[in-house]
Amino acid sequence: MANALLEMRGITKVYPNGVVANKNVEFSLREGEIHAIAGENGAGKSTLMKIMFGMEEPSDGEIYIRGDKVKLQSPQDAIDRGIGMVHQHFMLVPSFTVAENMVLGMEPRKGVGFDYSEAVRLTEETARKYNLAVNPKAKVEDLTVGMKQKVEILKALVRGAQILILDEPTAVLTPQETEELFHELQQLKEQGHTIVFISHKLKEVKAICDRITIMRGGRSEGVFQISEVSEQEISRLMVGRDVVLKYEKDKTSPGKPVLAVDRLGVTDSLGKALLSEVSFSVREGQIVGIAGVEGNGQTQLVEALTGGLRGVSASGSVLVQGTDIRDADILDIRGLGVSYIPEDRMRQGSAGEASIADNLISTRYRSKDMNKGPFLNGSKIAALAASLVEEFKVRCSGPQQPIGMLSGGNMQKVVVARECSTNPQLLIAEQPTRGVDIGAAQFIHRKLLELRSDHCAIVLVSADLNEILELSDSLLVMYEGQIVAYFDQPSAVSEEELGLYMLGIHRQDKEQTGRAVNHV
Amino acid sequence: MFKVKYFEAIRTAAVIVIALIIAFLIISLVSDQPVKTIGIFLLEPLSTKGHIGNVIEMAIPLMFTGLAVSLLFRANMFNLGAEGIFYFSGVVASVLAIHLSLGGWLHPLAAIAAGSIAGALLSAIPGILKAKWNANELVTSLMFNNILFGVGLYLLNYHLRDAKAFANVSFKFEKTAQLSKLFAGTRIHTGLIIVLVLIVLAHLFLYRTKWGYELRMTGANREFARYSGMKTAKVIILVHLIAGFIAGMGGSVEVLGMYSRFQWTSLPGYGLDGALVAMLAKNNPLSVIASALFLAYIRIGADLMARLSDVPSEMISIIQAVIILLISAEQFLKFWKNRMLLKEAKEA
Repeated sequence: MANALLEMRGITKVYPNGVVANKNVEFSLREGEIHAIAGENGAGKSTLMKIMFGMEEPSDGEIYIRGDKVKLQSPQDAIDRGIGMVHQHFMLVPSFTVAENMVLGMEPRKGVGFDYSEAVRLTEETARKYNLAVNPKAKVEDLTVGMKQKVEILKALVRGAQILILDEPTAVLTPQETEELFHELQQLKEQGHTIVFISHKLKEVKAICDRITIMRGGRSEGVFQISEVSEQEISRLMVGRDVVLKYEKDKTSPGKPVLAVDRLGVTDSLGKALLSEVSFSVREGQIVGIAGVEGNGQTQLVEALTGGLRGVSASGSVLVQGTDIRDADILDIRGLGVSYIPEDRMRQGSAGEASIADNLISTRYRSKDMNKGPFLNGSKIAALAASLVEEFKVRCSGPQQPIGMLSGGNMQKVVVARECSTNPQLLIAEQPTRGVDIGAAQFIHRKLLELRSDHCAIVLVSADLNEILELSDSLLVMYEGQIVAYFDQPSAVSEEELGLYMLGIHRQDKEQTGRAVNHV
Repeated sequence: MFKVKYFEAIRTAAVIVIALIIAFLIISLVSDQPVKTIGIFLLEPLSTKGHIGNVIEMAIPLMFTGLAVSLLFRANMFNLGAEGIFYFSGVVASVLAIHLSLGGWLHPLAAIAAGSIAGALLSAIPGILKAKWNANELVTSLMFNNILFGVGLYLLNYHLRDAKAFANVSFKFEKTAQLSKLFAGTRIHTGLIIVLVLIVLAHLFLYRTKWGYELRMTGANREFARYSGMKTAKVIILVHLIAGFIAGMGGSVEVLGMYSRFQWTSLPGYGLDGALVAMLAKNNPLSVIASALFLAYIRIGADLMARLSDVPSEMISIIQAVIILLISAEQFLKFWKNRMLLKEAKEA
């Protein structure tokens, strides 16, 4: 191809734990285009980008920039060749100002000292040049997510990036911020930049991109002109079938309240309020969704519900089955019938080097029927593990395989299997389908609905609006540690409307949010 | 074709082979008769009953400390305190061996029990510091080695020392306190049976009991263990108690099995060797037997080489250093593993 700016040929990447992330992937980028890479979570998009940015070395394959074969061994190599990346999780120092972050690693000097005013000037100049308004002297920790992203983009541009890689840039943005970002990307394109846009949101891809490379299961499914493919076709190529995120929900009548949170307030060690006046209840057979832009108190709320209240300055109360869990430890709380699917399956949800079976019994190895005298009952454990692996369709070589060898979706299924199979009264599901493929996500959704039919009370915290609107019986929106909206018919709420509450532009009055407490 | 899952075993074997090759190279450079010297190094330890006895005698303390360190490493505790505990428990057992008079097998039993319990209690201190205040166990345990050595040496000098002896050694142990020999013509003592039983028990504990399960999960991912409802601080203190008990028993058994007086005026080094044994055994109790025997074998081989040829036994520390370096170097042979992975992935 004559005008290929960057080409990747036959890229294969196998991680040391045996996960094959990319398999013989071809990718080519033309100058001045916005090129989407679409695919489900786990399709290998991020890995391909990491290879393009020199963060990972491919196990096999070649990379060409303007026809020259290159070896990108570190991000510095990539930056030197005009490639910049905006990560999904921002790489900024929160306590530094925007200007300080901008020049990190390439600080202007005055004698031996750091020339702060030059950094500010440089930031302002770059911001003006690209028409991205930021305040150079603001501290990054005080910025909104959208602003932080702008800083990240500027950071890449000031380092001379011609190719800009954005890894799921809209995942953390509200619909309004997303539109602003698209406007900025169009401008950059007009100025001659080439943009790689990673996403699995088809509408966005349609809205802004010129061409699209579709990935599935680590392979490339082909490159298309965006005008020549419909959303349906893209989604079929992405998942291999048409996606319907619609579920038949049993009509259940909610029973007695299982969880009652009353005027919960939590402050951090500096006295900053992380949660304030949070009140809601969850009843048997009810799924209560909690939506909100990340970092608006959801993490603290989940911590409070799962044993993180000890030694924290908190007011109000959290009652599970009528018991105050304020001073309870995790074992006590689990004893009340609480299960918890944690947000981070690697850090909390599993022990990577341990077997699937070991990971499945971690919350019930104490129980009488798992033990025989002083010993664990090996045959019972093996039988339990085998039946859970089967029931949850965990793709593995057997229950003795280390869980760390599994793909994200299968690992998550093990976590969900463990938490759902102990007959829980209350399930806290925190981002239960983050980073798993659509098949596994649907499976997990069905399991949650099954539990709901079995009268389990469920708290669903999720950044996936589709998921939360579809599954929840009622919905809370959190903004800056408070509940700002309550909906008792989530499926009737549009994503745009939700966005306004998530962004803090709208908020309901006390009377409306007070309906979140619904005792019988 | 080799599979990825055998990678760790193959890697350990490769490390040992490389270390031996380096040893041979060095011997070839240093020795006037390299072939004969290598022959001595490799074959002499197995040539006579007495030499085989030497290997097993040396393997006994290595198994004790290797087992203790394996359990600690398994819980992800990088604690090297087995050294000081091994020494100090030896002192404690010696006190009872000298001053107590008890009939028959009760005497060594009492002395070993005292040494083991002392070991457990001393080991608990870094454990508690770690569990409660997250004090780095490596630092505290290494400092404890010095403290225990100092106190032990003080006890030897001022309370146990036999003025009539011509060296800095303790009074003689009571005959009743010493462990009996198992085989005539060797010094292999009943400590061998004790340590083998202990290893089997540790294996059952680690893989078959709920406490062992808690230990393994805490070691694999402490955050996960806590999230599952385990009291990880208790687990950490427990593993320190057990490891201290085993290391303490090792010191006591060694003193009563091999000596008639307490005579260590420096740390004997078995604790740190235990870390090497544990690494070679991949922290598996049963594998500790083989890896302790291997280490004892090359040690005795080096000793015999020093006696019978012109190469000094210090050469052995080079082999050990290479083994530790390569085993702990995670990247070693990674490229090969990656190639295997790529191949398997392409075939799939």
